[in-house]
Amino acid sequence: MNWQIHLPALVLAVPLLGAFASPVAGLGGRATRNAWMIFISVLTTAVCIMLWQKVIAGGTAVYVMGAEAWNITLPSGLSWPVRIILEVDAFSAFMAVVGSIAALAGAFFSLRFMDRFTGLEKFSALYFLLVTGMLGMQLTGDLFNFFVFLEIASVASFGLIAFWRDRPEAVEASFKYMVISTISAMFILIAVGFFYGRYNAVNIAAVARMLQMGYAEKIALVFLVVSLAMKCGAVPMHMWTPDAYAEAPAGVTCLLVAVSQASLYGLFRVCFSLYGASLGSTVVPWTIIVMGVLSMFIGVTMAVIQKEIKRLMAYHSVSQIGYILMALGVGLLALRDPQAMADYGFTAMKGGIFHIINYTMYKGLLFLTAGAVFYSAGSRNLNELGGLARVMPQTTFMFVIAAAAIAGLPPFNGFVSKLLIYQSTFAVYPLLAVAALVTSVLTLASFVKVFQTAFLGPAKKTYENVTEVPASMLLGMSLLTIVIIALTLFPGWTLSHLVEPAAKALVDQAGYISAVMGGGL
Amino acid sequence: MNPLSVVVRTICDVFAWFMGIYGIYIIIHGHLTPGGGFQGGAVVATMAAFLLVSHGGKKLLSFAKPGFYSGIETAGLLIFITTGFLGLSATFFYNFLAGRGGLFGAVVPIGPNSGILNSAGTISVMNMAVGLEVIGGLSLILIYMFKGIRLFDDQTGGSETGHDR
Repeated sequence: MNWQIHLPALVLAVPLLGAFASPVAGLGGRATRNAWMIFISVLTTAVCIMLWQKVIAGGTAVYVMGAEAWNITLPSGLSWPVRIILEVDAFSAFMAVVGSIAALAGAFFSLRFMDRFTGLEKFSALYFLLVTGMLGMQLTGDLFNFFVFLEIASVASFGLIAFWRDRPEAVEASFKYMVISTISAMFILIAVGFFYGRYNAVNIAAVARMLQMGYAEKIALVFLVVSLAMKCGAVPMHMWTPDAYAEAPAGVTCLLVAVSQASLYGLFRVCFSLYGASLGSTVVPWTIIVMGVLSMFIGVTMAVIQKEIKRLMAYHSVSQIGYILMALGVGLLALRDPQAMADYGFTAMKGGIFHIINYTMYKGLLFLTAGAVFYSAGSRNLNELGGLARVMPQTTFMFVIAAAAIAGLPPFNGFVSKLLIYQSTFAVYPLLAVAALVTSVLTLASFVKVFQTAFLGPAKKTYENVTEVPASMLLGMSLLTIVIIALTLFPGWTLSHLVEPAAKALVDQAGYISAVMGGGL
Repeated sequence: MNPLSVVVRTICDVFAWFMGIYGIYIIIHGHLTPGGGFQGGAVVATMAAFLLVSHGGKKLLSFAKPGFYSGIETAGLLIFITTGFLGLSATFFYNFLAGRGGLFGAVVPIGPNSGILNSAGTISVMNMAVGLEVIGGLSLILIYMFKGIRLFDDQTGGSETGHDR
């Protein structure tokens, strides 16, 4: 039997095994625990990449949990989709690859970074639970299981954000995130309840097939859009991001960035695959676009004035999420009009999806470099830092690459995706492109500020004895740097092989439905 | 927490065992009656709360070691994920025990019956795994919450008021 049909389940099973066996691995001491963490992370990434290859080669993969065979979506004698399924199209597989690479980099970085903490077998268990939750959100084909995986990811991140227990700020950030997450999770549960009440189904493909726009569906849509935008940190629901991102250990922040992308994935899965053409009016696309513009602008203006390096970067992630929201909102706006889709909609979607991988890579790298600065210099305050380029050359080099990429300097990958977004949004409404450009300039300004104050300047007495971070942390950072450089050098290949299949899969609602439902119910 | 009076302690000594047995009953009948791994595990874990209240924290901590409960928890989790992986011959989490005879493999006749305990395949195994996990996890939560109370106390726990002696 071909073992590759089990790939969708293995993507979830491997990190879950990693989480559950972490306490056992922890018994073997530090070396065993670290080896286990790396082994599982590498395996997860490998499985995700294999799954992506399989999906690109063979079309949407469907996997039924616990059935006699992987492809029987309906039990014999029943004509109702009741089974727990995973449905992996090119967009899901793309997101899983992006997320697992960020998780791998975070795991490498955490090996030495977390050494000063106790209870590390619990850390690796929570870390892999968070990875499971993230990948589960991206692969599931079932609304209720989306909620379950969202909760798994949320609960794991509460623990991880508060892992620095003796810092009251960390506990506060975790509590804030807990309140926000629980509220948004309840909203999602209510929305799922609406669908279940109306259609007796929670399978995304089945609901999408039967969906008729009515009051219940509109309420459910509002709940889903608001709560998922809250989870990915869009303005005006962004207040948890600076605290959570700044207080979590750096390796975890890198993963949290990828997890916020899973919420973004959920938002677009709901808009494109669940509602799709039946969205009707342009209210929802414009809501998403406006949220995107607000996130971009407010995020970056808040970032410019920050003094703490990780908080500054956290506000930047609000603003970068805005780009993705705006681009995919424009794609959603053009969804019902084939001409508009061909003219600018598809370019916007490509830009948005390209920006997802770019954003996850360079933002993860920026948080890791901030963690490295804190690890070596012991401070995150820009007013105290200075002259670190002399003592931490490798970290400085990687920071410069990430900062140039996020600011959209040509020829870096951020420039390519931002250019696609400028071009396409200009066709909808020129002011959108102007807002995006201004945001990009302000991003550059604030990263010039960080680079100038923390890395350049005369050597400071306080930081005379600072040394470069250990090799495993450099390895985690260089993994993301290599991905950024690869995306920079081969944007054409990336667009045609990674991004376009994902964008096509997202637009193709009928394909998503028929992969599960077949010809008819 | 200080120990309660001798009357309370004696009654609790007797009833704690009933609680444990009742919880285990709920766990192993999970596939036949309402309840299951989580509910039964919560009932068994109440035993720890019971003893904590009646005998006081010092006595409980003298024999209930966090490591022991951690072990139970990990064992439950590992049984759960192993059962999932063993189903991979068909699909992940496939019920490979049901209806095959042997352990949990009895074939259930159609129609009313009094409930066959030796049925349901991996569902029973997973109920027990979840039961173990919840027993360990909830007891650990109780123990750590008690330790959290003591942080605000003096180290002996002697200056508390509100108990009957």
